[in-house]
Parts: sequence; structure tokens; C-alpha cells
Amino acid sequence: MIRPELDRVAAWVAEGSRVLDLGCGDGALLAHLRERRAVRGYGLEIDFDNVVRCVARGVNVIQTDLDQGLAEFKDDSFDTVILLQTLQAVRYPLNLLREMLRVGHEGVVTFPNFGFWRARAQLALGGHMPVTPGLPSQWFETENIHLCTLGDFESLCRQEGITVVERVVIGQGQRQGALTRLWPQMFAEVAVYRVRRAQPAAQIATS
Amino acid sequence: MTSTDAPHSLGLVVPRDARFDQPLALDCGRTLDGFELRYETYGELNAQRSNAVLVCHALSGDHHAAGHHDDADPKPGWWDVCIGPGKPIDTRRFFVVCPNNLGSCRGSTGPLSRNPATGEPYGPDFPIVTVRDWMHAQAALAEHLGIDTWAAVVGGSLGGMNAMQWAIELPERVRHCVMIAVAPRLSAQNIAFNEVARQAIRSDPDFHDGYYYRHGVVPRRGLMLARMLGHITYLSDDSMRLKFGRELREGRLTFDFDVNFQVESYLRHQGTAFVDRFDANSYLLMTKLLDYFDPAAPFDGSLVEAFRRIRAHSLVLSFSSDWRFTTARSREVVAALLEAKRDVSFAEIHTEFGHDSFLMPVPHYLRLFGAYMGSITT
Repeated sequence: MIRPELDRVAAWVAEGSRVLDLGCGDGALLAHLRERRAVRGYGLEIDFDNVVRCVARGVNVIQTDLDQGLAEFKDDSFDTVILLQTLQAVRYPLNLLREMLRVGHEGVVTFPNFGFWRARAQLALGGHMPVTPGLPSQWFETENIHLCTLGDFESLCRQEGITVVERVVIGQGQRQGALTRLWPQMFAEVAVYRVRRAQPAAQIATS
Repeated sequence: MTSTDAPHSLGLVVPRDARFDQPLALDCGRTLDGFELRYETYGELNAQRSNAVLVCHALSGDHHAAGHHDDADPKPGWWDVCIGPGKPIDTRRFFVVCPNNLGSCRGSTGPLSRNPATGEPYGPDFPIVTVRDWMHAQAALAEHLGIDTWAAVVGGSLGGMNAMQWAIELPERVRHCVMIAVAPRLSAQNIAFNEVARQAIRSDPDFHDGYYYRHGVVPRRGLMLARMLGHITYLSDDSMRLKFGRELREGRLTFDFDVNFQVESYLRHQGTAFVDRFDANSYLLMTKLLDYFDPAAPFDGSLVEAFRRIRAHSLVLSFSSDWRFTTARSREVVAALLEAKRDVSFAEIHTEFGHDSFLMPVPHYLRLFGAYMGSITT
């Protein structure tokens, strides 16, 4: 996880709130949020070595396959559900997006932008699947099975009635330069979204 | 090298007895005027008394959790893989207490003890104790040892349920709760297996309604059958296939009802060995105690409400091949802890050893358990 991404996510998480981190890795973000923002939360992680790392640093972690959904969690049980660099690696991304906004009031989603100019150039001119700092694996060994562009993600949000509250784009070399701001679809390497259900859960339930 | 001077062994350990002359009111409504607990301790209690770990044993376990009782004894305590220097419950950091529990036959007050009212062993007249009663007796031991708060209460199977009871019932006295291979209560199938075990014992002609001591006999066949049945549920189909397959003891079918297959020989051995170290009345009582365990019952059956009392951080571990208390049962515990907004971590360990995996040196299991115990401040 790159530094600006972490800082951005941490800034969006309210002091003392309840957080669920989907695909929490070694628990670094949750440990950071616990220490800096008194956040209480859980990480979900499938990889055993990462589960051990979380446990060793005292981070709550539930070994879970995100492809199985979040059935153990009740509606609206978290303030924020975080999904960092994981959406593109799950089998049912849409299902997971719906689930995260069912159990959480707000979601934070980050993913590598497949529309990044270097990815486009490698595919269009080089004629091969892109390999970039944000997408470092070859096509035959990558975990990323559902790559998308900023535009793809935003149109899915519109289709699903998901409100994009805020978007931050991070360009090459982890910078947020003028080009990235001017033409994010082309120059963002990583996208960071803050999303919500268009309507609160209670209204949906009664409508 | 003898069995006691291996690098990660505790070496020789010595059991102790504590006598409590205070009355203990039991869940069944009866009262024990006093009781004794046999226990072992490993490691040193620190000056702040903040490093004590209570280890809870399972159905047929006892106080001898780790180390050896004498140099010639090849068999260490039942949880020696997890307790000792450099092991998950590291005795260089923790002061470990493991009592034998009430109703057992391994040194603490139970059916073999003398009933002060009659001068004879209690036998079947010993009250049916519960996990809560165990906990209250353990709490008396904690006071005796000067321990206000456990750094952790840990156990596998019934021992894990014992830990769960502590975390719910005496929440301010438990900082961490480790529940391995547990269920929040027994299923009908679990109870059914226990009932067959009980019937095997009770229908043995040598049982004499539990007063077999008076006749100078023990219900050997019944207790052996009960243990054989229990043992099948502790293993898995895979582990039995790997260990025995359909291997024949004499290399051919003998067309009689003697032992033909190795697995039969193994089960008979397990059964007879058990008879030599366990009392039938205690076994009946332990199975009943397990059946009765239901910490949600006082909360209108709501495990979530029961868990809202918990202050401890919990670790829940299950084993993929455990069909006695499956991963699904552990996840019921986890889901209720999550809904109750308690601190909890959970993992399923892949093993082929079935329910007994919690006693086995499974590397992933020891690594995760050790990482959790290592995160506990002392």
C-alpha cells in the first residue's frame, strides 16, 4: 500500500469509529487507525501468514474468504468499510460492493486504474498485458482478475445507486500532480473513492 | 537424553493439592461443604501478578498439562506441545495454572472421594457439576494463588467452553480468552453420542447402579465401549484412513469376530488403556456436564446477550477436519462475538487429525496460537 493512499484513507475515518477492513493484509492500516484515531475494528483476511501477522500485532482478524460474502455481519454494523487494492482480486466484485455498503454506513475503495496511460500504451502499442508498478505481475500469475478503469467503476456506482462522496487520484510516483488532476482517467495510477448508499438503509427498508 | 531434559521441555513437574474448607453452592442446588483441587503450575508469577494463565482441560483431561512426572515416564502432560519454554504458552513469560476439575477422578474432589455423610466413596451420589461450578472452584484456586485477573484463560474442546464461561461470568477477571475447537453448546448429535457412551457404561452388569466399588469390580466393558465410541468422534475419516486404512492385523481375513483390522486393535487398546486411568462415574458425569453446557440459556438463549458481558479479547480456532465441533460451530461463536461488538480473532487450521488436532503439534496451529499469546502484555 502506498503512503498517500494510506493517509487519505486514514483522514476519512472518523475518530473512535468502527471499521471493517476487507483484505486487511498484515493489519498495518488497522494498527495505524487504532493508534492514531482510536478506531475499533476488524480485518478480514484469507492468507494464513497475514492472519498470523495481524494477531501478533494485536489486530482483530477474522480469517475469511471475501468471495463467500459478509453474512456474519449485520446491516449497518460499521461506520466505515475499507477495501484497499482488493476489489480487482475478488471473484464477485459487485456482490462485495453491495455487501460492504450493507454492513457499513460508508465505504472506502481503492484500486489500480487500468486506464493509466502506461497500461494503455503497453496494451495498445506493445500488444501485451500491462506490467506497471501498480500492476506488477504478469498476466499468468496475477491475482487481479477484475481490473477496471475509473470510468468503469463510476458507471457501476451510478448503475447501483452508489454515491461517490469524494474521489482522490494518485499519479505516477505517488504524486498528485497537475496532469493527474486534469485528466485522471489517463494519469491516475491509483484511485481512492469514498462511497455511500444513495439512500440510508432505513429508507430502503421501508420503501 | 531422557524425556525430561529436551530443550523445550519443562522437565520434571510436581502436582499439588489445595484444600478449600468453604462451602461451594452448585448449579444443581446441592452444596459441597468443602473440596480439594489437584493442580500443577509452570513458570513464575510476576511481581504484578499479571502473567497468570489458566489452562482448562477437556473431558478426560487432568492437571498434568505439561512436563514429566518422573525421568522414566516417556509420556509428557496432555498439552506439552503448547506449554513450555519457547512454546505457544511460553513458561518464560507466563505463570501457568492447570487444575484437575471437580467431578474428575484424577485427584480433585469427585465420585471417588469419600462422602463425609457416609464415609464411603460418593460414587453415583456425587452431584452433577456444571462448567459454572468448575469455574467457581477454579476462582477459589485463583484466590488461593493470589491471582485477581488472568492474563488469559485458555482451553480446547470442553476446556475452551470452560474459558468461554469465565469470560462471560467473571468478565473483569479475564483479559484474554482462547477457545479452541469449541461449540457454543452441544448439538443433538453430540448429545446422542454422549448418551450411547453413558448407556454402554450403565448397561454393563458390573455397573451396579454406580455402586461398583462395593462389589470390588468396575464396569470395564462399558467404559471401554464408551471410550471407543468417543475416540471415533475425536478422529477423522481421513486420519483413520491414513493411520490404518484397511490394514489387516494378521495379513488375512480370519472369518471370526476377533480383531481383523488394525483399526479395531487400536480402538480396543485405547478403550482398555482408558479403563485403567479413568473412573466410570466420573466419565458419566463429564459427559453430562458437557451436555448441560449452554451459556446462552440464562440470556433467553441469546449468545449475543451472553457475550455482551465479555471484556476479554478472544481468539477462536477451529480445525478443518473436526466433525465433532466443526468450523461452523466456531463461526457461530465468532458471529455472536462480532454482533456483541467484542474483540475477536478467528482462524481455521487445516489438519487431518479431527477434533484431537488441538492436542497435536500442527505447525500452523502452534504458530498462530503462539503469535496470539505473544501479543498479550504481562
